[in-house]
Amino acid sequence: MSPAAHAPLAGAIAHQPTAALHAQPARKDTILYLDGVSVSFDGFRVLNDLSLYVLAGGLRAIIGPNGAGKTTMMDVITGKTKPDAGEIYFDGNIDLIALDETHIANLGIGRKFQKPTVFENHTVFENLELALKGGRDAFASLFFRLGGEQRARIGEVLETVALADRRFRIAGDLSHGQKQWLEIGMLLMQDPELMLIDEPVAGMTDAETEETASLLKEIAKTRSVVVVEHDMDFIRALDCRVTVLHEGSVLAEGSLDAVQANERVVEVYLGR
Amino acid sequence: MFEPLVRRGRLFAAAGLILFGLAAPLAAHAANFADAVNRLGSDGFAEKSTAIDEVSASGHPRAVEILVAMKEGRLYVRLADNVVVIGEEAAGAINAALAATGEDLGPLAAAAVSQIVVNNRLRAKLESAASRQSVIAGDATGRRKAAEALLKAPIPAAASMLRDALAKETDVAAKTALGLALAAVELSDPEPARRLAALAQFGKTSNPQVKNLIQARMALETDETVRAALAGALQGIEKRLALYNIALNLFQGISLGSVLLLAALGLAITFGVMGVINMAHGEMIMLGAYTAYGVQEIFRAFAPAAVDWYLPVAVPAAFLVAGAAGILIERTVIRWLYGRPLETLLATWGLSLILQQLVRTIFGAPNKEVANPAWMTGGIELAGGIFLAHNRIIIIVFCLAMLGVLAVAIRYSRFGLEMRAVTQNRAMADSMGIATGRIDALTFGLGSGLAGMAGVALSQIGNVSPNLGQIYIIDSFMVVVFGGVGSLWGTLVGAMSLGLVNKFLEPYAGAVLGKILVLVAIILFIQYRPRGLFALKGRAVEN
Amino acid sequence: MNRISPLAFLTESRAALVTLGLLVAAAAIVPVLNLMVPVGSPFHVPTWMVTLLGKYLTYALLALSVDLIWGFCGILSLGHGAFFALGGYAMGMYLMRQIGERGVYKHPVLPDFIVFLNWKDLPWYWHGFDIFPVALLMVILVPGALAFAFGWFAFHSRVTGVYLSIITQALTFALMLAFFRNDMGFGGNNGLTDFKDMLGFNLQADGTRVALFVASAVALAAGYVVCRFIVASRLGRVLIAIRDAESRTRFLGYRVEHYMLFVFVVSAVLAGVAGALYVPQVGIINPSEFSPANSIEIVIWVAVGGRGSLHGAILGAILVNYAKTYFTGALPEAWLYVLGGLFIVVTLFLPKGIVGSIPAFAARDFSLFGHRFGSAKTGARP
Repeated sequence: MSPAAHAPLAGAIAHQPTAALHAQPARKDTILYLDGVSVSFDGFRVLNDLSLYVLAGGLRAIIGPNGAGKTTMMDVITGKTKPDAGEIYFDGNIDLIALDETHIANLGIGRKFQKPTVFENHTVFENLELALKGGRDAFASLFFRLGGEQRARIGEVLETVALADRRFRIAGDLSHGQKQWLEIGMLLMQDPELMLIDEPVAGMTDAETEETASLLKEIAKTRSVVVVEHDMDFIRALDCRVTVLHEGSVLAEGSLDAVQANERVVEVYLGR
Repeated sequence: MFEPLVRRGRLFAAAGLILFGLAAPLAAHAANFADAVNRLGSDGFAEKSTAIDEVSASGHPRAVEILVAMKEGRLYVRLADNVVVIGEEAAGAINAALAATGEDLGPLAAAAVSQIVVNNRLRAKLESAASRQSVIAGDATGRRKAAEALLKAPIPAAASMLRDALAKETDVAAKTALGLALAAVELSDPEPARRLAALAQFGKTSNPQVKNLIQARMALETDETVRAALAGALQGIEKRLALYNIALNLFQGISLGSVLLLAALGLAITFGVMGVINMAHGEMIMLGAYTAYGVQEIFRAFAPAAVDWYLPVAVPAAFLVAGAAGILIERTVIRWLYGRPLETLLATWGLSLILQQLVRTIFGAPNKEVANPAWMTGGIELAGGIFLAHNRIIIIVFCLAMLGVLAVAIRYSRFGLEMRAVTQNRAMADSMGIATGRIDALTFGLGSGLAGMAGVALSQIGNVSPNLGQIYIIDSFMVVVFGGVGSLWGTLVGAMSLGLVNKFLEPYAGAVLGKILVLVAIILFIQYRPRGLFALKGRAVEN
Repeated sequence: MNRISPLAFLTESRAALVTLGLLVAAAAIVPVLNLMVPVGSPFHVPTWMVTLLGKYLTYALLALSVDLIWGFCGILSLGHGAFFALGGYAMGMYLMRQIGERGVYKHPVLPDFIVFLNWKDLPWYWHGFDIFPVALLMVILVPGALAFAFGWFAFHSRVTGVYLSIITQALTFALMLAFFRNDMGFGGNNGLTDFKDMLGFNLQADGTRVALFVASAVALAAGYVVCRFIVASRLGRVLIAIRDAESRTRFLGYRVEHYMLFVFVVSAVLAGVAGALYVPQVGIINPSEFSPANSIEIVIWVAVGGRGSLHGAILGAILVNYAKTYFTGALPEAWLYVLGGLFIVVTLFLPKGIVGSIPAFAARDFSLFGHRFGSAKTGARP
């Protein structure tokens, strides 16, 4: 029953075809390093000996059918869920296992939720202001005054996510796509080293999807970005290395074309 | 009024003594007895005391009846001849019988007799004398009771009589009691060996009386060997008493736990399964209790002969009344508030205030009396003074039965399946043709109906008043939160552990402080396991 | 635009100015109408009414404290009456010590109930309460410390939502049971009463009553200013962020539990101060103040007025308590129906309360950026 007991056998057979793509880089070169991570809920193994390595800089897309464990993987990285087994390192040497969400966020990992989550009763401007890097101390925030430079930075991000003309709108009044962008804007304000983005284009028009893809590519020039998405056109537009998750572990990894050509991936997606 | 009569009685008694003293040897025994009986009517308490001793020492078959009558104030002096009679008051007259022989005298005018008065000291003496007598003369139960009375206050003079009685005794319970009583007497025997033997005779008893006797002896004992034996015996008894105490606490804890479980079971459905914080849950219990009251009153009015069987009717009636109230509440208030637990909490609190006031308006504020049927009164007495009341036992059984039926219903019935489907994935259940609204209403009705049935049970052990529900609401929430929301098993374990902890703390901390400690412990426990003992895990639970 | 006055959090909000204006006016006019206007005049305000109004003001402060955590941070405390009662007991202990030899047993130091318990000495925790500043310190310290200890555990363990509500209720219930015990040394069932004077002034005198009213108005105004300062600050915006999307706030790197703890302690202290002002005006404090029902009632004041609006909480407390005074006098049977009905009607039909639903009261709340600061959107928490 234990993963260790059957892993060598199953792993040897099942993972052979992707072994070349699955080569393990040195930990110090990675921005995100997950090794043998397992999580179960009530006996159901959501993440099954998951090993995923993301090198610093650039984009990485993660795809997989429903229930593949994509969101749980995000939860495990950001400290929302504690894994039952495995190692997770950020920036090659920071062990994330013992840390909570706040701590991990302040290390420089930003996360966008699957369902766009912004502060609905705050204005767009206030949302960004709250995401502003630094000044997280409760007592100091009582006497906080926004500086000119910070104001300028907010203005910059407002331009980037195309919400400048809506800056004093209540966030709850924005459209679904605008909320997605606002949330990405909030991530930018956090200025993280690593951005985890869960389904950024759900509910967006084709034009918006395209714009989002180019925005993320732009962002990925200065930091590492991991995107989880279903939309294959979007993934193609991202033009980056793709990891396929299935039943809680990595099924295949490589360029989108290579992955799409992989027999096992086809099998999983088409249910053959 | 009595004084002159009684004084006259003494004169005649003295005369009687002389007369009887002259009687023939064969008749002497009977005559002496009759004389002693008549001297029970003496004027002074000292004389009466001597007469009591003589009557009780006589071993006469009528002695017990006479002594008991005297104790109960049914012994009279016939003023005409100062003969002592046993009388029963009946319509202004006294139906009398000659005390010494039992010969019926027919009704006597109340003025013709004078009641024999006793003081407290004499009453105690009579009691002990009567029991000593019934050791020899009573039936098996009487003999056992008498022996137990002797154990309470051993009389050295009774030793030989007890020995005789013990030799003749055939009834097991009576024999044990007699043995203890004899040992109690012999515990103060001048002979140390006898005392040791007596101590051995106590054997493995856990009678608290024996403990008192040994402690009393301990204070007087001078012989070192006996002292050591006494100390050993005392330790043994204390150990056994402690064990029985644990058994008693266990029973009481389970009993309290079953009450908590009853109160919380409905909540385990409405809060645990549906996630609805129903602050009017306690009032559903209260409605159930008032239904029991109503059914009882209807039986009293229309079927007084069958009043003992009102409970089997009250239980389903309460389920229907509270369940209907629950469905009404769900359809009118709660369904608008799904997904807003804090608002639900406030609205149902409002409902609880209204329901309390409504019942107060209809039935009045004072407590209503809901009687235990005859078959629920009484109980089982076990060794070591443990008393298991029938109503407590029945409630334990009832609540476990309810839990069992509920678990089976949820697991196997169509409704249970639909209920689980709706709570797990409302949209999916809806699209599969389950009428989710109807299921919501029925689920809430089920939870409320369970509370109503709990109310019937609780009416059997406490007061029925408009604020009955308030007594249980916090406890029920504690049980569900402690056990783990959404787990019937957790509710059972939660209720039982809270009941047991409460009862085991009580002897050390007192009831109130014990309760405070339990509350504080739960508050701390929630910090450690915010989702209770049997928490569900997973992403679905967190949203 | 960058130069913002330090008082902007008050001056830029019409609601704040109106609320403070009304409080100052009340504090100025009521004493005049009571002390200067002759008894026969239609403008005379009798002393009992001054005391009643003073009581309402302490309730308003209590409502403010609940609104601060519930309306702005989503923490529904069903045990806030406990902090109010603790503040009240601290003041009550001072007032008991002031009785001195005027008690029934004429003991120079021990209060009557302690003599009655046959205790020879003052319990250690009664020492120092004869000194007014010490008592005042305790009014703040005791509720604050309890809130800190409780909140520290609860918020670090992420006990939130209904779970928190239920355990706050258990907390006040446990305290009620504890204070009912004679052995606690707080007068048991009867609580603390028969107060004589405060700082040397007779509590029955008109002047003292008026002074207590003014003190209540000042305390409420101060409490209002503190709350407004908090909600208008960045900290206030974080609180609303926590209320609306707690995880989002955590993932932005905010230490949510610290924010909750801060505001919970401030709120408890405000409640304690309200209790301390309440006790000398009503003349008694007993364990029933800890009853869970009392604490839930506070929540309805806030809900009626308008959760997430500071002036709404004040308005709600005064209106509901006026209704209570009216009904318990005129139609005592009906009061619980009215109160129960309020709970239902407000949650079903007026989720934003009076302030959110009746335009006349909906003075705009304030934001540093001159735009809507956000009246509460109930149930927005995920």
